This record gives sequence, C-alpha cells and structure tokens, in this order.
Amino acid sequence: MSRAYIGCGAGFSGDRYDAAVPVVATLATLPGERFLIYEVLAERTLAIAQKLRREDPQQGYSPFLDAYLALVLAECHRHGIRIVTNMGAANPLGAARRVQALARELGVSGLKVAAVTGDDLLATMSEAEIREQPLIEGLEPGDRPIVAANAYLGAQPVAQALATGAHVVLVGRTTDAALSLGPLLHVHGWGADALDLLAQGTACGHLLECGAQVTGAYFADPGFKDVDDLANVGFPIAEVGADGDLVITKAAHTGGLVNRATVIEQLLYEVHDPYNYLTPDVTLDLGEVCVDEIGPHRVRVSGARGKPPPDTLKATVCIDAGWLGEGEISYAGPNALPRARLAASVVRERCRHLGIREPVRVEVLGTQAIFDSNAQQRHAQVAFPADGEYRVRAAVRSPRREVAQRVADEVLSLYCSGPAGGAGVRQHVTAQVSTASILVDRAHAQPRVTVMEAP
Amino acid sequence: MNEVEVALHEVAHARAGDKGNRSNISVIPYRPEAFPHLAAQVTEARVLALLAHKGATACRRYLLPNLPAMNFVIDDALEGGVNFSLCLDGHGKSLSFLVLGDIRVRVPADCIGAARR
Repeated sequence: MSRAYIGCGAGFSGDRYDAAVPVVATLATLPGERFLIYEVLAERTLAIAQKLRREDPQQGYSPFLDAYLALVLAECHRHGIRIVTNMGAANPLGAARRVQALARELGVSGLKVAAVTGDDLLATMSEAEIREQPLIEGLEPGDRPIVAANAYLGAQPVAQALATGAHVVLVGRTTDAALSLGPLLHVHGWGADALDLLAQGTACGHLLECGAQVTGAYFADPGFKDVDDLANVGFPIAEVGADGDLVITKAAHTGGLVNRATVIEQLLYEVHDPYNYLTPDVTLDLGEVCVDEIGPHRVRVSGARGKPPPDTLKATVCIDAGWLGEGEISYAGPNALPRARLAASVVRERCRHLGIREPVRVEVLGTQAIFDSNAQQRHAQVAFPADGEYRVRAAVRSPRREVAQRVADEVLSLYCSGPAGGAGVRQHVTAQVSTASILVDRAHAQPRVTVMEAP
Repeated sequence: MNEVEVALHEVAHARAGDKGNRSNISVIPYRPEAFPHLAAQVTEARVLALLAHKGATACRRYLLPNLPAMNFVIDDALEGGVNFSLCLDGHGKSLSFLVLGDIRVRVPADCIGAARR
C-alpha cells in the first residue's frame, strides 16, 4: 500500500533554520511521495507581515524564507521532495517570486512554484463588515484600525496546488494541520466525506505542526522526562498510509525522543474540547485515539474519528495595540531580595509620582513572579531566601510610546538612584498588535492557486 | 499498597497552551494506573482555585481514559492573554508547572513514575 512521508522543518517563526537538513536527508532515502512542511505563521507574525507589505508591495512574506529554504531547496528538488509552507504570510505571490529567484541563485532549474491566495478578508470585505462578524475570542476591535484580517483556509487549496505539479507550495493563513492534510488529500485522494481519514490526517498535521515539540523538545524535564542529545533534536517525520495508518518518527541520526508521552503531550497541545476540535476540513474527535510504541522512536496513532466540519470559517483580526515597555535590573549576593524589593517599591512610587495612569507591573523575578498576577496575591504566601540572585522587572502597556519608554527608563535610572549593587539593566519598548478571532461565511474566502514556472 | 502524598509532578506530566485569554493544560499520568486517582482528585474546582488570582472564571475538564489523560480548559486565566497581559509569560506556557507543583495528590506508591527514554 502506498505511503506518504511528511517531514517538518519548522514549528514557529524563529525555529532553527537548519533543523530540516537531517529531515531532508532521511526523506531522500524513503520511497514514494515525500513532503517537507514548514509552519512559521503565528497570528502576530501575519500582522507584522501585513504591515511590511503595505510599506513595500514586494514584501510581506516570511523574512526567514531565504534562511530556511536556501539550505534545502536544491536537495529537495534533486530527490523529488515537495515543500509546503505558510511562508507566504501576507504575500504568497511575492514569496513564490522570491523562491524562483532563490532557485536561480542556487542553480536549481525547472522549479515549479504555486501560491495559494484568498485568505485575506480585507480583499473581500469592508472593515465595517469585518467588525460586524461574530467574535469568538479576544476583544471587540472597536474603532481601532484593523491591520490584518485573514480566514483560515483548509487543506483543499493545498491539494489543488500540489495537483498542478508544483515543487513548492506557498500559502498564507491556512490551518497549520492543512500543511500536512493537503499533501495527504493529494496523494491518497481522500474525499470530503471520508471523515475518519480526514481526522487521521488532521491528527497527523496537529502532531507535526510544532516541529520538535513531538520529538522530545518542550518536553525534557531532567530526572522525570529525560531526552538524549536535546541540542541535536531530530524534527518529526510522519508516515501515512492510504487507509489512514499513521506513524510518527523522526529524522535519522539525530537526538530527541518519540514515545507515547511525547506524542500524547503534543496531541492535546492547544486543544480545547478533545471530542470536538474544529477545523475547516473536519471536526476531529480524539476520544478513541490509541497511541502505541511500535519500535524505537516509532509511535502509531490510530482511532481518530471525524465529524462534519463547521459551516463557518475562523478568521483572525489583528489590531494595533500600542506599546509594551519593560525594564529589568538584577541584585545578587547577601541581602539581594530586600534590595530587589526596595528597588521595586522605588519604581512603583516613581510611576505614581510621574502620574502614569496605566497599570504598571513591578515584580521580583526569582520569586515565582511568572506564576503571579499584577496584584501579586501569590507572592505574599511564599517565602524565599534573602541571599541569592533576583531580578526586578517593570512592565506597562500604553497607547503612547513615551509612557512605555518612561517606565523602562525608571528602571534604568536605578543604576545611580536605586539600592546598592543594581546591575545588568535591559530595556525593551516594542510595538504591539492584538488579535481577535471571528467567524465568517465560507463565501468570503475564495482560495485561488497561481503557478509560477521557472523562466 | 502504601499511599503517599506527593506533588502531581511525581505522578504526571503536563503541557500548557493558549488561545486568547483561555488556557488549556493537559495532565498525563506517567503510569496508566494513576489515572483513576488523578480523575478523582485533580478536579475542575482545584485547578480553577489555583488560577483564581489571575482572574480565572471557569474551568472545564475533559477526560480521555483511552490515552489516559485529562485536559483542563480555563477561561480568563491569562490576565488578558498575550495581547494584554503584563506578565512575563503572557501565553501562560509555564502554568503547566504551576499545576504540577502546587496540586498534591494521594496515590499508591507504585503510581509514582517517570517517562521511559
């Protein structure tokens, strides 16, 4: 029975550029249809890309496209491994042009590239219409400017793009699982009514989409969950039969771990109701899933059940959200905690004195501050040693950049005007984008495949 | 079999994720025989109480006896989430270890475990 092999080269924008190299080397030794996927498009990443495209219509695709693809494009083309990625971001056509240019630079000839467009709702809906759609997550956009609004496309457009014979498929906003399910629809010819097969394919995509999170990364907990050679962690490869048989493994000659525990952790990652995980292609039911170790670093996942998909599509709306200002300073050695607490109280008093109206969070890192709230209710209940190493952090959000900068500067001023031994100040003032999720009618997203042949 | 009281971290592993201001935290026993004990003791109310200081308003637990595992979905657990929170961890990714560290359970001693390599 024919099998499809899907390797993952990145699980988020900023993942290791070279992680795909051992994946490609492994795929090259396997028979049949092979694919390399990269998932690099978080909600926020897309908003940033949309801003870049507005400044320059040629831009707006992943700024890391070259860094990722230059390492693998020639090898993939030589071995017939096809690439599917959402590096298209806000500009899949621009990304396709860039891949063709990169191929020329690398001496790769005869490359066919396809771009999937149609997720950009600003092209089919007015801003007013977008504001009227039902909200399922986040705050009402209100009257703040909409930076981007994109519907999550499903796997069908990816399969259509592969049917053109494209070697590289660039999409914008699709479900992360569609990067894997699209190739499976293409290879195995699963129809829209083969719900259990679509469910297995969606589970496959869900397990691959965060890269090494299924192969021992974001998992290691020394003494409890030990992972060999994490620095060389191998990225995942899925083997999928026409009957939905699904095995998760990883690139050969790498570190990391694939076992029941790594797979189950990722299976439930960012899932809410595991009996009804909604996607545009199928509603996934994980209630009867079995996860079995069948060999070293080989885990079979079976029993995913499918129900019909929802009528509407989820879409993400990105809105400008002002500025985040942060400043940090460290205290170490004898009596470090009282010195850090004094520094925190100085910053609070200064912010009050300056008339900053926005809530300012000032906390002492090293006291489980990360688990605490702005009001620091938890802090009071736990005791920590006075000596040691502690870091004071102040943070504020404001529509005005100067307020964000001012709070960060109050931490900087502790060098000369704070408690003894303050050291290692760092400041960050960053523009913020907030996101909300809405539901839209499927008619608003009209996927289209554009093929670019090598000139 | 002797019962022992331990932090959940001795018995289970966990992973946290976010969507907006909603957190989901999976809890997965190292040994399947621990599952009924966790199902009886790691309740929606306890997880909700653990995140009350962050503003959590509701907690729903989904049991997956087949795996076995459980998945908690906690509303308003992230001080606004990554869009609005002033917390260093706006995604709430570290909250899996808050659950593993602060929730204590009584289990038979042979339920204590660790993952195989």
